[in-house]
Amino acid sequence: MSKQVKQVKQLDRVIIRFAGDSGDGMQLTGDRFTQETASFGNDLSTQPNFPAEIRAPAGTLPGVSSFQVHFADHDILTPGDSPDVLVAMNPAALKANLDDIKKGATIIVDSHDFTTRNLNRAGYTENPLETAALDEYYLHAFDLTDMTVEAVKEFGLSRKDASRAKNMFALGLLSWMYGRPTEPTLTFLERRFAKAADIRDANVTAFKAGWNFGETTEAFVVQYEIKPAPMSAGTYRNITGNLALSYGLIAGSTQSGLPLFLGSYPITPASDILHELSKHKRFGVTTFQAEDEISGVGAALGAAFGGRLGVTSTSGPGLALKSETIGLAVMMELPLLIIDVQRGGPSTGLPTKTEQADLLQAMFGRNGEAPIPIVAPQSPADCFDAAVEATRIAVTYRTPVMLLSDGYLANGSEPWKIPDVDNLPKIEPNFATETNHISEKGEAEFWPYLRDDETLARPWAVPGTPGLEHRVGGLEKGDGHGNISYEPANHDFMVRTRAAKVERIADSIPPLEVDDPTGDAKVLVLGWGSTYGPIGAAIRQVRKQGGRVAQAHLRHLNPFPKDLGDVLKRYDAVMVPEMNLGQLSLLLRARYLVDIVGYNHVRGLPLRAAELADAINNLVETTRDDSSEGTR
Amino acid sequence: MTVSNSTDLPFPGNGLSTVPTADAPQNRKEFTSDQEVRWCPGCGDYAVLAAVQGFLPSLGLKRENIVFVSGIGCSSRFPYYLDTYGMHSIHGRAPAIATGLATSRGDLSVWVVTGDGDALSIGGNHLIHALRRNVNMTILLFNNRIYGLTKGQYSPTSELGKVTKSTPLGSLDTPFNPVSLALGAEGTFVARTIDSDRKHLTAVLSAAAAHRGTSLVEIYQNCPIFNDGAFDAIKSNDTKADAIIPLVHGEPIRFGAEGTKGVVRDQTTGNLSVADVADVGEDAFLVHDAHADDPTTAFALSRLTDAGYLNQAPIGIFRQVQHPTYDDLAREQVTSSAPGADDASQALAGLLNSGDTWTVV
Repeated sequence: MSKQVKQVKQLDRVIIRFAGDSGDGMQLTGDRFTQETASFGNDLSTQPNFPAEIRAPAGTLPGVSSFQVHFADHDILTPGDSPDVLVAMNPAALKANLDDIKKGATIIVDSHDFTTRNLNRAGYTENPLETAALDEYYLHAFDLTDMTVEAVKEFGLSRKDASRAKNMFALGLLSWMYGRPTEPTLTFLERRFAKAADIRDANVTAFKAGWNFGETTEAFVVQYEIKPAPMSAGTYRNITGNLALSYGLIAGSTQSGLPLFLGSYPITPASDILHELSKHKRFGVTTFQAEDEISGVGAALGAAFGGRLGVTSTSGPGLALKSETIGLAVMMELPLLIIDVQRGGPSTGLPTKTEQADLLQAMFGRNGEAPIPIVAPQSPADCFDAAVEATRIAVTYRTPVMLLSDGYLANGSEPWKIPDVDNLPKIEPNFATETNHISEKGEAEFWPYLRDDETLARPWAVPGTPGLEHRVGGLEKGDGHGNISYEPANHDFMVRTRAAKVERIADSIPPLEVDDPTGDAKVLVLGWGSTYGPIGAAIRQVRKQGGRVAQAHLRHLNPFPKDLGDVLKRYDAVMVPEMNLGQLSLLLRARYLVDIVGYNHVRGLPLRAAELADAINNLVETTRDDSSEGTR
Repeated sequence: MTVSNSTDLPFPGNGLSTVPTADAPQNRKEFTSDQEVRWCPGCGDYAVLAAVQGFLPSLGLKRENIVFVSGIGCSSRFPYYLDTYGMHSIHGRAPAIATGLATSRGDLSVWVVTGDGDALSIGGNHLIHALRRNVNMTILLFNNRIYGLTKGQYSPTSELGKVTKSTPLGSLDTPFNPVSLALGAEGTFVARTIDSDRKHLTAVLSAAAAHRGTSLVEIYQNCPIFNDGAFDAIKSNDTKADAIIPLVHGEPIRFGAEGTKGVVRDQTTGNLSVADVADVGEDAFLVHDAHADDPTTAFALSRLTDAGYLNQAPIGIFRQVQHPTYDDLAREQVTSSAPGADDASQALAGLLNSGDTWTVV
């Protein structure tokens, strides 16, 4: 085989999806490709998609696991709607993903498993590699498995073990196609398999063989180049939402000086926060794997009573179980962070898929009038800042705070410009150390519910502080002294005061940033949470086509920024895209008496930017008509 | 009938050894809050409160380092009446909350006050897991064998066939024996005492507080409104000598008005039963070993408790063994991982910059 002179073609962006069986190592393959891409300097966004079953039956549609990476020479906002390249390691992976692929896309297939048995298992009656089924795609079918086994035979592995390196062969091939640097993966393999030399060597060899195959085969005549994206100066790393969130919690702990205590029960897709924080005991982090969700939040609240930064992490079903304890934290007015990594519901729902349908549970899911602040990150890296902000609110205002992440943010990744630690906000716990009241008898005493005038926060006196012994609990507190009170007027006052305290947080929230480049848009698209990427991408498409539209995104769901009502009223139409049936829309309508155009999908996947752009375009069109009617 | 108990433990780890001690002697008044006690007249809770208020000064701890956490129920009002730090939490969750507090603060003496409904019904899961982990805290389980605060439904310790508002034809479920349950969860300190026996109650509380790990103390407590007389057999001067099987570590288990009854082991099955000295001889009586690491015999002793109306119950410390505690181990993992010289923000910067990074200039 003589070395080909390959043509190099410039692209501005590419979306690749690696798909295979759950045991094929597709998440690892995607992750390595992402790391190569990050170190090359492209902007990127990733989206893993895997089944809830750990090992669904091999070769079946439910067992397909995939990893999508979108990378570009400019800044991008989403993992992309539709892949330009699909890598399918078996018939099921092809079948499960084909509907998402545009005509004319490239499909690279490992033909090894396209046997009658495996085709049947995936639901194919004919071999699509041999029919006209894939005629509208650029199909490249090779027996990647055989080539891998052949390449690594010198290491004397069993055929099964040898064939397991086929994902590295595929990674090598794709790395060649897109000119990715190979050092990060080679270093990674050296580290990962340091204790198993034959496995290490087989993987390294398979990876190199895949690269060389791309370079020498006549099947690929073009190599692609995607230049690095211009990024502002700084040090970057690629980061997932759950990792950024864990780091944000540690930062909240160091910035407040409060040792972190996580009480948690394993649940998808939040467990990685428990895993990550368990590694960082050197930061004074205590992690407690509780017997259930209720104990997780209970222990965190107990730690908060003891002056710690109490945190609990969960997903929707777990949040339901924690409701009563969160209500207790509202009543006792203690700082507490509740991390809800939302997934498809109701009930067990779609454990590994994303959704934003816990907003109303976060807002109202407790007995009585029990308001709590809610913050939401808008991208994987933004989970860091959201966690620091949630800590600030909880500690400053002595209140439980809900942080609403979701499955897409948790597992998706993007480059993160690592912040300068010196620029992180300082958070002051301001523990009570002295008595604050004089009794009728003229004695100094401590009143646990005497509030700060500005924040309405009550003093946080922790056990071990002499002279401030006091009792808190779930029964209604008397204003100021904090003893049990069943007085009607006191209860009315305390209910209103707890609500006012949460509202008071709005004083510390910056005005809503509205992006309206032409300044004359009549339509506003308002979002929250992980829809930031798809909304931003859709807005760009609309503007490219000449549509005038404004965009804003909420970090704070409770309380809202003070100017939100004014912003909403400035526009003739407001669209709110959400991965639920209109939960933010409901809150906005109730609060501001403005109509909202909902855009709602609950498919367990991020919104598709192109579909959303169509919907925005329609709204922009009809709104222009409506308002011109008004001026006739 | 009173049972003496030794508080000088043969173990190095004391439950209070990490709690700062008071500078001056304390008295009962200092531990009494200004809140009016609101239990029903004649409630056994008064006696327990008085015993605890009287006993706490003897610990010689800084008052601000003592915390009482309770759940929901009559007994869970307890923290309001003590001038320490306290939390009246939600139904069944006190052991979970106390676990977080005790794990994060080794300098606190942590107490849980709970009842048979709170601890064994709605909070059963937290109770067994606290015992399994052996978190350093003392759980006072007030057992009145009825639901008081909700006005008289049967509880998980009510005898089978109990006629109550919710079971007019008699309850259908087999009751828990709290001591058996705690020993099944391998509780390292499990004891039973009686509200009205102040001396025994105080001795057991002292031993429980001194124990490093989870101490579970079941306190038989009379509810005069909804289950009056539930413990009459073991309280009445006429009957208690025959009803109480006293457990004293290192002594033969003997009781009865004439001192003729005792506990013997069936050599074939290993089961324990009550026998008369005339039938078995003095040497046949079991010598109580609360320090036996294997909880099997302690469990067998707990089975000598009547499941129905209480005509017979062992009273005292069933098990008192030294095992590592969850909170000590958890704190040890944190302190042994603590960074050396670098300050917190340097360490944080190091963490954020770990992994594969690249720099754009």
